[in-house]
Amino acid sequence: MQTEIVIAGFGGQGVLFAGQVLAYAAMDNGKEVTWIPSYGPEMRGGTANCTVIIADEEIGSPMVRHPQALIAMNLPSLDKYESLIIEHGTLIVNTSLIERPVQRDDLHSVLIPANEIAEALGDKRMTNIVMVGALLAQEPVLPIEAIEAALQDHLPERHKKLLPLNYQALREGAEFVRKERIG
Amino acid sequence: MAKELLKGNEAIAEAAIRSGLEAYFGYPITPQTELLEWLSRRMPELGRTFLQAESELAAINMVYGAACTGARVMTSSSSPGISLMMEGISYIAGTEIPVVLVDVMRGGPGLGNIAPAQGDYNQIVHGGGHGDFHPIVLAPASVQESIDLTVEAFDLADKYRAIVVVLIDGSIGQMMEPAELPPMQPIQKRNQEWAVTGAKDRERRILSSIYIDPEDEEVINFRLLERWNEIEANELRYKEYFMEDAELVVIGFGTAGRVALSAVRAARSEGIPVGLLRPITVSPFPYARIKEQTELACGMLVVEMNSGQMLQDVLAAVGGKIPVEFYGRMGGVVPLPDEILAEIRRLCYEPVAPSANPRISWMNRMNITKN
Repeated sequence: MQTEIVIAGFGGQGVLFAGQVLAYAAMDNGKEVTWIPSYGPEMRGGTANCTVIIADEEIGSPMVRHPQALIAMNLPSLDKYESLIIEHGTLIVNTSLIERPVQRDDLHSVLIPANEIAEALGDKRMTNIVMVGALLAQEPVLPIEAIEAALQDHLPERHKKLLPLNYQALREGAEFVRKERIG
Repeated sequence: MAKELLKGNEAIAEAAIRSGLEAYFGYPITPQTELLEWLSRRMPELGRTFLQAESELAAINMVYGAACTGARVMTSSSSPGISLMMEGISYIAGTEIPVVLVDVMRGGPGLGNIAPAQGDYNQIVHGGGHGDFHPIVLAPASVQESIDLTVEAFDLADKYRAIVVVLIDGSIGQMMEPAELPPMQPIQKRNQEWAVTGAKDRERRILSSIYIDPEDEEVINFRLLERWNEIEANELRYKEYFMEDAELVVIGFGTAGRVALSAVRAARSEGIPVGLLRPITVSPFPYARIKEQTELACGMLVVEMNSGQMLQDVLAAVGGKIPVEFYGRMGGVVPLPDEILAEIRRLCYEPVAPSANPRISWMNRMNITKN
């Protein structure tokens, strides 16, 4: 069993950190995991992305052509990766910054205004964590509690005061997906 | 000790510290800079030497000098920076002192780019400066292996008074994986009989790579070769996957090896009897193991992130007994599992003429797919 997740957005949207949170949680849950960033010149001012692979056995390639899931934080990320997601894969779209509709109809797509949700919580820096919450509600590769524990254990000391807000952001993201499903 | 989520570059740096690294000299270059950055913070904290030299040339010569005192020393760089160090590396080899060198390879030749590549194979394994000597070259494929082999690198360097290179590419340097660091070893006073530490109350020692009389130099060359024979006999390391009944064998080191693992697994799930041999020491190279496999296998596929540099070593081992095919990506492009899977399928279902030149046929295939 192996799940590949690409998280992509602008530099500054917390794309790399969101991936690290998943990686920490996977590690703490006894999974094999790799986290690999794009570290090319494209990071400067352009897009940033990372690939997280969570698996039960030794991970071969840390990069894949067709990921199981994509978190698209902005339009260039959706444009770049939408066609690459595996058939019937998962797509989480940040509709706060992406106006165009999703083109593929085979995907499990979640359209979530993550910036607005984060801003309603009082801190737009929570956008990435809202997206992680939505991802895990759609693609339950790890329980939400595992992410909370990972944040608790690995968030730098100076950011610990933001823990409750992070938990809330996770829950809001997941809750949005649940409501969508019922509604 | 519990597992931590560690970045390759930083894990190597910390593993070196815990192996008793006493002095580091280096110069920043992407994609290995985090290694140097980590040491710039940790080494002074521990009262040890960290020095950012004015160039790679200076750094390797500082390493040379410090190693002569018997201290555990290291430098690290990425491809173009390693090129600059070549003269010093040869001097270190000729002086027979232990040094650990980390090369985090990037795309080239020339200034190239900062993307992952394996184009330094020849420079490190078959080159490494002028004259007759062989460095030991360890090629980890994961963060944990990078840690374990860094620890081993220091012991091997000491044991054989040799240069040991930890050869990775940018993706392993930048990647984070759960890994366990070794316990902190105290810095040992090793009192080597060759080290120059101040000749108070003892006969003076001279360390040099200059032997004006060719007869003397030849003695040194034989000694290096004897030591190398011992290394070849004792220090081979490789990892095998699905090899028990493998009729096809994929061979790749480092990142290319682990990418190939994904392809081999996928091919196995399709019922193709393929295995993976991942050399961990690329110098010494597992010639004998590969040769032995030609008795059982009917074809091999070499996968590299270069134009087929290790391929030459595999061809030498196979000696024309079975067909060998090659698949590579260059210039900083990382092959993905589906590309290698397609190659495995082709090797399985389309017979290959044993006389075909693997590099030429690979180039022809690349042209077909590119145009």
